Amino acid sequence: MQEPEITEDLIAAHGISPDEYANILRILNRPPNFTELGIFSAMWNEHCSYKSSKRWLRTLPTEGPQVICGPGENAGIVDIGDGQAVVFKMESHNHPSYIEPYQGAATGVGGILRDVFTMGARPVAAMNSLSFGEVTHPKTKRLVHGVVEGIGGYGNCFGVPTIGGEVRFHRAYNGNCLVNAFAAGIVDTDKIFYSAASGVGMPVVYLGAKTGRDGVGGATMASAEFDDTIEEKRPTVQVGDPFTEKRLMEATLELMATGAVISIQDMGAAGLTCSAVEMGDKGELGIRLDLDSVPQREDNMTAYEMMLSESQERMLMVLRPEKEAEARAVFEKWDLDFAIVGETLPEDRFVIMHQGECRADLPLRALSGNAPEYDRPWVPTPEPAPLGEVPGIDPIDGLKALISSPNYAAKQWVYEQYDHMVMADTIRTPGLGAGVIRVHGTKKALAFTSDVTPRYVQANPARGGMQAVAEAYRNLTAVGATPLATTDNLNFGNPEKPEIMGQFVGAIKGIGAAVAALDMPIVSGNVSLYNETDGSAILPTPTIGAVGLINDYETDMIDGTAREGHVALVVGESHGHLGQSALLAEVFHREEGDAPPVDLAAERRNGEFIRANHKFIKACTDLSDGGLALAAFEMAEAGGVGVHLDADDMATLFGEDQARYLIACNFDEAEALMVAAGRAHVPIASVGRFTGDSVRFGASEAPLDELARIFRTSFEATAT
Amino acid sequence: MKAAVLVFPGSNCDRDMAVAFQRAGAQVSMVWHKDDHLPEDTDIVGVPGGFSFGDYLRCGAIAARSPISRSLVAHAGRGGYVLGICNGFQVLTETGLLPGALMRNADLKFLCKPIDLTVETADSAFTSGYVRGQRITLPVAHHEGNYNIDPATLTQLEAEDRVAFRYTDDLNGSTDRIAGVLSGNRRVLGMMPHPERAVDAAHGGTDGVAMFRSLVESLVAA
Repeated sequence: MQEPEITEDLIAAHGISPDEYANILRILNRPPNFTELGIFSAMWNEHCSYKSSKRWLRTLPTEGPQVICGPGENAGIVDIGDGQAVVFKMESHNHPSYIEPYQGAATGVGGILRDVFTMGARPVAAMNSLSFGEVTHPKTKRLVHGVVEGIGGYGNCFGVPTIGGEVRFHRAYNGNCLVNAFAAGIVDTDKIFYSAASGVGMPVVYLGAKTGRDGVGGATMASAEFDDTIEEKRPTVQVGDPFTEKRLMEATLELMATGAVISIQDMGAAGLTCSAVEMGDKGELGIRLDLDSVPQREDNMTAYEMMLSESQERMLMVLRPEKEAEARAVFEKWDLDFAIVGETLPEDRFVIMHQGECRADLPLRALSGNAPEYDRPWVPTPEPAPLGEVPGIDPIDGLKALISSPNYAAKQWVYEQYDHMVMADTIRTPGLGAGVIRVHGTKKALAFTSDVTPRYVQANPARGGMQAVAEAYRNLTAVGATPLATTDNLNFGNPEKPEIMGQFVGAIKGIGAAVAALDMPIVSGNVSLYNETDGSAILPTPTIGAVGLINDYETDMIDGTAREGHVALVVGESHGHLGQSALLAEVFHREEGDAPPVDLAAERRNGEFIRANHKFIKACTDLSDGGLALAAFEMAEAGGVGVHLDADDMATLFGEDQARYLIACNFDEAEALMVAAGRAHVPIASVGRFTGDSVRFGASEAPLDELARIFRTSFEATAT
Repeated sequence: MKAAVLVFPGSNCDRDMAVAFQRAGAQVSMVWHKDDHLPEDTDIVGVPGGFSFGDYLRCGAIAARSPISRSLVAHAGRGGYVLGICNGFQVLTETGLLPGALMRNADLKFLCKPIDLTVETADSAFTSGYVRGQRITLPVAHHEGNYNIDPATLTQLEAEDRVAFRYTDDLNGSTDRIAGVLSGNRRVLGMMPHPERAVDAAHGGTDGVAMFRSLVESLVAA
C-alpha cells in the first residue's frame, strides 16, 4: 500500500504544530513517514502527553506514607494495611460520550476498569461524575439516557458495583457533557504489577480482543481528505464489549498468579502505540512489533491503522519466555486471543514491521521523553463582585425549589440502573453521601466519594479546587472513614486561552493546598482540556475522587439516616455564606458572589472530631450544596421521619459554609458530644429535632410525604 | 451438604452464591462450564447470576448449551436439587428444567434495588424456612426479569403450588407478578431476586438466610 505523502495539511490534520514538526525533524534527522507521523501525533497530543498541564500537575502533593504508587502508572495505589492495597483512578470520556453517549460512556467505564486490573487488582467499586447541559436543551435527555445506560450496560455485565457518583445540569455543558469514570480495586501488596518492561529479547504478547479500525485517530482525530484508506464513516468512538473485558480480567489475574508476567500495560488511547512506548520507556528498552502477528478483526489493515486503533479490551504484556505455554493455556481457557507480536530490544528503538517492510523506526524514548511541554500563558481569574441583596422567601418554598431541581432531586432513576450490590460487599448504597464496600472477608471497609462544585470553581478557582477536596474529605468522614488519598479528573476548556489556563492553575493551587493540609495525596488522575463548543467553555470542573478506610465497619461506620426523636446538631461554624449557593442558582437564577471560604485547619479539626466521637453519632452527613435545609431534609427523608429546625432565615438554612456536618443522635449522646466539642474547641450547636411527619423551618411547614414525593419524582420528570 | 456452583464466562455472582452456601454450612466447589461432569455426591447445583456469555443471543441461551449444562440436566433428572438465581433462572428456563421465559423488563431498564416479595409456598427445601404468605425483602438486579408463561402452564403451576415467590407490586411486567418458580418435583427453583445478597446484617437485610439454611438442613437430613 502506498502511504500518503507528508504535506503541511497532513501534519496539521494530525494536530502537530509547525514547531512540533520541526522538533520531529531534529529528532529523526529526516522527515517521518506516514505511520511515523501517526505515532508522533498519538504520543504528542494533549490527551497522551499532558503537554499543557504537566508543568502544573508536578506541583501537586503525591506522596505520603500510605502511598505505594503515585501518578504515572495505570492507577494509583494506597496501602490499607494487612498486606493489602487499594488501586484507583478516575478518567474522563467526555468527547466520545457527547458523540455517542451509550458507547462513549461504556468504553469510559471499560477503560478505567482495565487501568485497575492491569495492576493486578480485582475491581471492587465504580463511581461516575456526570455533567450535562440544561434539561431544556434538545440534546440533554438523549445524553442522560445514553450515558446512564452505557455505564450500567458495561459495569453491570462486568460485575463491579457502581456505588456512587454525581449528576449535575448546567447550561455551560450544553455543548460538552462530562463523563468521568472512577474505578477501584483491591490487590495484595506483594502482587502488584507495573508497566516497566525488563530484560532484552523478551516476548511482547498481545492479549484480549482483536484489533479493528474503530477509534483510529480517536486521540488525534485524523481528517478525511488526506487518506482514502480509512473508512471515513466509521465512528471514531470505540465500541465496548464488557463480556470480553470480564474474561480479559479473569484471564489476566489468572495469568498473573502463574508468575508469567514481567510487565503489563492496557491499550487505551492510541492503543498499541501508547502501550508499547510506555512499557519500553519505563523499562529503558526498545521494542520491535511485528504487526502481521496482531490479531485482526478486519482485512487489509495498514500499519498506520493498527498502530492508532483504539479497539477495546486489549492488553500488552512482556512475558517470561519459559512460561509461554502456561500463559497461552490460560487465554485459551477464556477463549481470548493470545499472540506474540514482538520483543524487547537493547537499544532505544521503536521498530514496526509489517508485511516484510519496516513501517517505522523511531527513537523510543523521544516519543514520550521529548514530548512537548508548554508553559501556557495564564491570567488569574478576577475576584468576583460581592453578592448583592438576596430577597427573603418562605424557607419551605426554598427547599421545594431545590428538591424539584434535577440537580438536587433524588437520583434513584440513575443509580437503580446500576448494579450497586454485585459482589455482595456493598454496605452503603448510593443516594446519600459516600458509598461503602467491605474488603472481602475482612472487617475493613472502603468509602468512596466524588465531588466538585463547578459554580465555586468558576467564581474562584483556587477556593473551588480546595472546596472540592474538602467536601470529599467530609463525605468520607461522615461515614466514619479516614481519608486516604485522591484522584483528580480535571475538566477544563481551551488551555490556549489565558483565562481558561488561569482557571486551571488556580484550581490546581487550591487542590494542592487542600490535599496537603488534609493528607489526601493525589495518586492518579486525568486531564481533559478543550471542552468547548463555539468558543464557549464548560464550567471548570476538577472532579475529585477520594478513598477512605474504615478499620472495622461493625463498630466504626456511621449511618446516614435519622430516626424519630433524634436531636439535630451542626458541627462547625455557620456564617450564612450565600454567594454561589444552590439556593441562589435554583431559586433566583443568580450565580453571584464568591465561593465560600475554606478553612483547611477547621476542616481537619472538625473531621477528626467526627471520627473520634463516632460512637455518639447515630447518623451524619456533610453540609454542602443547599446547606442545612437540604441536608436535614435528606437525612430525615431517608429515615422516613420529619424534621423541625429552629431557624427560619435564608442564611442559616441555605448558607453553604464549609467544614460543617449535620449529626443526628439521642439526647444523652448530644450532651456527650457537646462536652467533647468543648474540649476539642470545635463549634457545635443544637439546631432542631427529627420528629413527626412534617418538615418545619421556623414557622413554615410542609408534610414530609409531599416533599418526599417531589424529591423522589423530580429527576425523572425533568431530566429523562 | 455439597454444593456445586457453576461458573460460565460472564458469571459474576458465582462467588456471592458460594459465600452464601458456605455461611449456611455447605461445602462448595466451583465448576467450570467446560467440565463435563459435576463433583461426586453433589447435592445441589447452584447456577449463579451474572451475564453468562455476555447475554449474547438470549440471556442464558448459550450457557444452557455448555458442556456442564448436560450434567446439570442429568443431575436434575436424577432428582437432584438445583438453585438458579437471576441469570441462573434464565439458564434454567433455557435448559427446559423450568417453564416460561424471561423477557426484558416492561420499562426496558435495568433495575437494581431491594424489593418486597411474598413467599407463595413453604412446601420445598428452598422455602421451608419461610411461612406461606410471609413478606420478605430481597434485592433484584436485572434487565430481563419479566417472566412470561402461557395461560395453560400458569394454571398448572398454580394448581401444583409451584409459584415460589411473587413481587408484592408489579416490578417488571412478569405474568402474575411471579418472581420464582419450582419444578414439578419441587427440587429445582429459579428466581430473579438475589437471596445471596441478603445473608448478612451488613447487607442491610438477612431475608435470604432462611433459604440457604433450610436447604442445607433439608439436604443434610435427606
